[in-house]
Amino acid sequence: MPVNSLPDSSLSDVIAQHQQAIVDANVTAQQTTRAAQLMTADDLRQQSKTLLDQLQRGNSYDPDAPEFAPLRQALAKLSRTRALQGFTPSETARFIFSLKDTIVPFMEQQLAANPLDLARQIQAFNRLLDAFGLTTFETYVEERESLIREQSSALLELSTPVVQVWDGILALPIVGSIDTARTQQIMESLLTRIIETGSSIVIMDITGVPVVDTAVAKHLLQTGAAARLLGAEVVIVGISARIAQTIIHLGVDLSAVVTRTTLAKGLEYAFARTGQRVVRVAASLNESAQGE
Amino acid sequence: MAQIPIIHLSDVLIVTTQDAISDTDALDLQDQITTAIERTGAKGLIIDISALDIVDSFLGRMLNDIAAMARLMGTKTALVGIQPAVAITLIELGLELRGISTALNVEQALRTLGARIARQT
Repeated sequence: MPVNSLPDSSLSDVIAQHQQAIVDANVTAQQTTRAAQLMTADDLRQQSKTLLDQLQRGNSYDPDAPEFAPLRQALAKLSRTRALQGFTPSETARFIFSLKDTIVPFMEQQLAANPLDLARQIQAFNRLLDAFGLTTFETYVEERESLIREQSSALLELSTPVVQVWDGILALPIVGSIDTARTQQIMESLLTRIIETGSSIVIMDITGVPVVDTAVAKHLLQTGAAARLLGAEVVIVGISARIAQTIIHLGVDLSAVVTRTTLAKGLEYAFARTGQRVVRVAASLNESAQGE
Repeated sequence: MAQIPIIHLSDVLIVTTQDAISDTDALDLQDQITTAIERTGAKGLIIDISALDIVDSFLGRMLNDIAAMARLMGTKTALVGIQPAVAITLIELGLELRGISTALNVEQALRTLGARIARQT
């Protein structure tokens, strides 16, 4: 028999004969952990029982065996519910590992007559539960990652409003750093808004962009070029002294777009381009008070 | 191919493309437009591509070429009605069409072209 081949499983027999005792031992063992605070004894009993049922039905030491497919699903579900209840992933894994302590004594009883077989089975059983413990950990990490992905895409949607500040003038305040994915998203919403509002000028405010490097500059220019293809002109405003210095030191050529320091200056330019002018209609309150 | 209508409006030619343009159509278009410019002596050319959902690199280059040819014949070109998706694709292809002026719609294009033609004469 090759060393790494798996011994025939007695799991089914052991669990079938002692299920009640194993569940009891398991629930008792968990009473000393945080499980006692985070979930009810009934839930805990139910979880232990489900796992045991599935182990019994699988009756193998190969964690990838097709018989264990429902068990793997049950583990994923368990990992999710426990994460929601506030368990750490290692606590969940430890819960799976704890089955070793409760099942092995019964295996010893059952196979006392054949110590060699017992040793081999215990070792294989250990490996099996180790693998299942890791499965719960993996599920946990996957859940986390999908959550992070969802949140970052939601953040992306929220982070770039396109506002119409005047008839034919759009403003696009950008806050935070810009990468390729965000540029794509900005471009899409900007271009759609240009068409919707029939705007001919876009004021892109980069006051809230912490660092302007060559990549960011490239993304800004790309957005500008895309808007230009639709027939709208882009003005970049919010260029501080520091950003101006960085841009020139990096050798970035922004001469293809009009740039201004503040949003107000940008608006002034936009008015001039669209042939409009802001005129004061009366003396302000202060001045009229002085005049009297 | 179907003849693409070229409308002659005072000093300006207006070309409205159909929903899809094959490569040979594009070459034909080039020929038709330059011939029309020669015949009419128009000072402005407006190409409306709002019906196009897809513009590939070939068509992009072709539009650039048409504008360059028109410029050689003393005619100013404005490209009108580029769809957002088309604009994004063109930028990704690196075709910024720097040589052509653009406008949101034909009305705006007429206004800007008119101003540019007036400045020239």
